[in-house]
Amino acid sequence: MGTPVAKIGLVPCSGEALPAGTVCRLACRRVLDTLMSGQTVAICLPLFIAGGEEERGFAARHPTITVDGCEKRCAAKATELFSGKPVRALLIPDILAQRGIPMPTRLRGFGAEEEAAVQAVAETIAQAVEGVVAQAQAQENQHGAV
Amino acid sequence: MGEKASRQVVVLACSGIGKTWGALARETALELVERVRPGVATTACLPLLVINDPDARCLVMEHPVITLDGCPKACARKSVEALGKKVDHPVESIQFYTAHRELKPEGVAQLNAAGLKLAQVAANELAAIVDRLAAGGQT
Repeated sequence: MGTPVAKIGLVPCSGEALPAGTVCRLACRRVLDTLMSGQTVAICLPLFIAGGEEERGFAARHPTITVDGCEKRCAAKATELFSGKPVRALLIPDILAQRGIPMPTRLRGFGAEEEAAVQAVAETIAQAVEGVVAQAQAQENQHGAV
Repeated sequence: MGEKASRQVVVLACSGIGKTWGALARETALELVERVRPGVATTACLPLLVINDPDARCLVMEHPVITLDGCPKACARKSVEALGKKVDHPVESIQFYTAHRELKPEGVAQLNAAGLKLAQVAANELAAIVDRLAAGGQT
């Protein structure tokens, strides 16, 4: 029997040294606060090694979506290493390239110039969450029908 | 020309996206790196330490490190310690608010004006620590 999907864990890289890390941070907050506020929780990536049993346990029991700002894919790798394979692993450069949106060039002080990038990533994360929830519900219905 | 005089100091901030104090830690680190001590203070993505990235590991092991944490869980400090390195100057961002209560930070995605000002003040205060560590001293 599958575990009902109460929450999806969002694991952002939030990389401090890259503009994509700031995009990641702002987009994930938008999903958590506005777009999918009831269905998502943030998982603090460094807590995986800083003794965050709660984070590791949550990520092991619930579906996780990782959001990475660069090809090093810290969020996806760390989640898999410490908890379990994420159900979706998103990469910000890919998302922006697919939509023809340039990567922001500054680390902070985002404004109108960077809004398209943040919104595009937030929408993609929200779509991924919807997909995971729909898939889980379909599985639940299947089990219920047997 | 002394080697110590050109030594970079690594400033690592908490990656948390859930609390104002994490946002303050991040903003303070960027103030140090971009405005207060550019070229001397440098930073790296904290998650790189979580996956044991060789370049990030090398940077941290070979330079003095200041960590700026947003909560008592101290992810930044512990991530460095997990490599077997003692942090030269660990800081919790809330201590700057304790010292400057007129500047109350708010916001997580974006800090309010008081929070941005507090980050500037914090970075200015940390500049002396950066200078000492860059010169080969201790804090």
